[in-house]
Amino acid sequence: MSSITDLPNPNRDGREPPTALELKLRRKARISSTIRYTLLTVIGLIMVYPLIWLVGASFKTNAEMFSSPSFWPKDATIQGYIDGWKTSTPYTFGTFFLNSLWIIIPKVIGTAVSCTVVAYGFARFEFPGKKFLFVTVIATLLLPNVVTRIPQYLLFRDIGWLDSFLPLWVPSALAGDAFFVFMVIQFLRAIPRDMEEAARVDGANTFQTLVYIVVPLLMPALISVCLFQFMWTMNDFLGPLIYISSVEKYPVSLALKLSIDATEAFAWNQILAMSVLALAPSLIVFFAAQKYFIDGISAGGVKG
Amino acid sequence: MADLQLRSVEKTYGNGFKAVHGINLDIEEGEFMVLVGPSGCAKSTTLRMIAGLETITGGEIRIGDQVVNELAPGKRGIAMVFQNYALYPHMKVRKNLSFGLTLAGKPKSEIEEKTAEVSEILEIEELLDRLPKQLSGGQAQRVALGRALIKHPEVFLFDEPLSNLDAKLRASMRVRITDLHKRLRSEGRPATVVYVTHDQVEAMTMGDRICVMKDGHIMQVADPATLYDKPANDFVAGFIGMPEMNFVECSFARDGNVPVLSAGDQQIKVLDGLADRLTTSESTVKLGIRPQHLDIVPAGTENAFTGEITNLEFMGHEVNVYARIGGGTFVCVVPSEDYDSSLKRGDLVGLKPEGQHIHIFDVQSGQNVSLGS
Repeated sequence: MSSITDLPNPNRDGREPPTALELKLRRKARISSTIRYTLLTVIGLIMVYPLIWLVGASFKTNAEMFSSPSFWPKDATIQGYIDGWKTSTPYTFGTFFLNSLWIIIPKVIGTAVSCTVVAYGFARFEFPGKKFLFVTVIATLLLPNVVTRIPQYLLFRDIGWLDSFLPLWVPSALAGDAFFVFMVIQFLRAIPRDMEEAARVDGANTFQTLVYIVVPLLMPALISVCLFQFMWTMNDFLGPLIYISSVEKYPVSLALKLSIDATEAFAWNQILAMSVLALAPSLIVFFAAQKYFIDGISAGGVKG
Repeated sequence: MADLQLRSVEKTYGNGFKAVHGINLDIEEGEFMVLVGPSGCAKSTTLRMIAGLETITGGEIRIGDQVVNELAPGKRGIAMVFQNYALYPHMKVRKNLSFGLTLAGKPKSEIEEKTAEVSEILEIEELLDRLPKQLSGGQAQRVALGRALIKHPEVFLFDEPLSNLDAKLRASMRVRITDLHKRLRSEGRPATVVYVTHDQVEAMTMGDRICVMKDGHIMQVADPATLYDKPANDFVAGFIGMPEMNFVECSFARDGNVPVLSAGDQQIKVLDGLADRLTTSESTVKLGIRPQHLDIVPAGTENAFTGEITNLEFMGHEVNVYARIGGGTFVCVVPSEDYDSSLKRGDLVGLKPEGQHIHIFDVQSGQNVSLGS
């Protein structure tokens, strides 16, 4: 581990006074780190300010919102949360959160399972047509999403899946997200095969090797996959907008838009309050899994 | 326990590269067979074919009386120890040991009993609840050994198991493994072992027999003493022994019945029955003599090569003397107590081969033609 400062080792000998050169170096290092951290703090604050303002504004009254640029509410109120939660529809935000959950849960689980199986196949087995299939996967990764929207829509319309959650999660649960497949393949390639071979010598069949050996080794990558999928699905607006038409099935992302449409004078405090709530699940999940997430995206850190 | 037979075993990779060229090898029940050779000689590939981790593209492998070509690794009755241990990183040592038995659906009591037995033999009882990343190299290797041992396999396969350890640990693990092999034999359940290494010290000290390989061919299979004293060809002769055997190309003639070897303008008449052993009539041959079988004599002595000393290496118990002979350099190992300390670089000395240890190789085929018929 490298230390954060560039200071020369202060315990050089314990007793000897530092030399002039050392003093100079220390002073230089101190000045340099002061500048660096000030700069980082300022830029960090600038980037996070809209978020802070969002949280602050969600406790303001609608009248105060545009009268004061400060993020700190003068007389804090949770009226925005109460009214926002009720919404102008017959449903509360609870319904919308549940709807989001019904999309996210099968999608995340399905993605994790299907990506593991597909990536395992690509990374560890030789089969006819493997190259062509892999190129196809990568090609779909490069394809802009919008290009497939219309054919997909027509397809799901013919199957009769419109206005249901199915079009939103079934493709992903069948390893439709090439990005995740690719990510898991790359991670798997960095893991030596010895462990799997040892398992085969120990008598495990392909499926047992996958479940008992490969999946535990893949855990950091899978956690990242789940996290990404969770956050992206939570924030997905276009998908539900296209496929879901009845309000009772709206997920949170659509429901936020709903409150803008429904009232003439926008109740911004309600919208912002609900936005804060909409952010919360992603944030909580992210911070809870942060450690694994970082392990996962820095795929080099595999312990053998 | 079972014997192991390789019959014309071949391995050709998908890109057409032929790694193993139809090798035949019989390993007896309870035998400790070492496969040794330089890197790329296909010794690991051969082992992996025995294990079932590589497909066999030709020939037949038998374990006991069963052809195992198409059997899954787990069904071959083998256990394998890998070079980098290949412990399951997410399982504790106890689980690592018992994984195979659990998969086989053995009852819990039996698993516990065997785990206890194996961990006692390998002295890893106090490590059972650790994760592999909390183990040192030597401990990890012992656990890997235990994972193989616990299954009571018919054949043990070792793939360079000690090459990741430091020299000291390697020596002690070497002893541990051979002891274990002896112990199993004395307990009446002898284990057939195939052990791959590139280290000739491991090969010589551990193997009942050694199989020397080169480029997918077997060069010689013999016990260590035979390999050292009667190498079948110049490759084996050069590969086994430290420092390497000295070679020099000589023209060969007979003076009556006494073979005369001439390297450049130096002539050596060899008595000691070499003539009876020779099975060649070529006029050019390759002479091979181990550094340990050269005596330092005054320059100009009859039947000795004369050369200029180019380097002296003091090793403690012995001294390596390097001397330029004709086109090449000869190494001569002299025990310290016999060493004349007045020798220095640039001195001319005579190097007299001990006649009975001279090997003559065919220049083209490399075959040893001095083994007698």
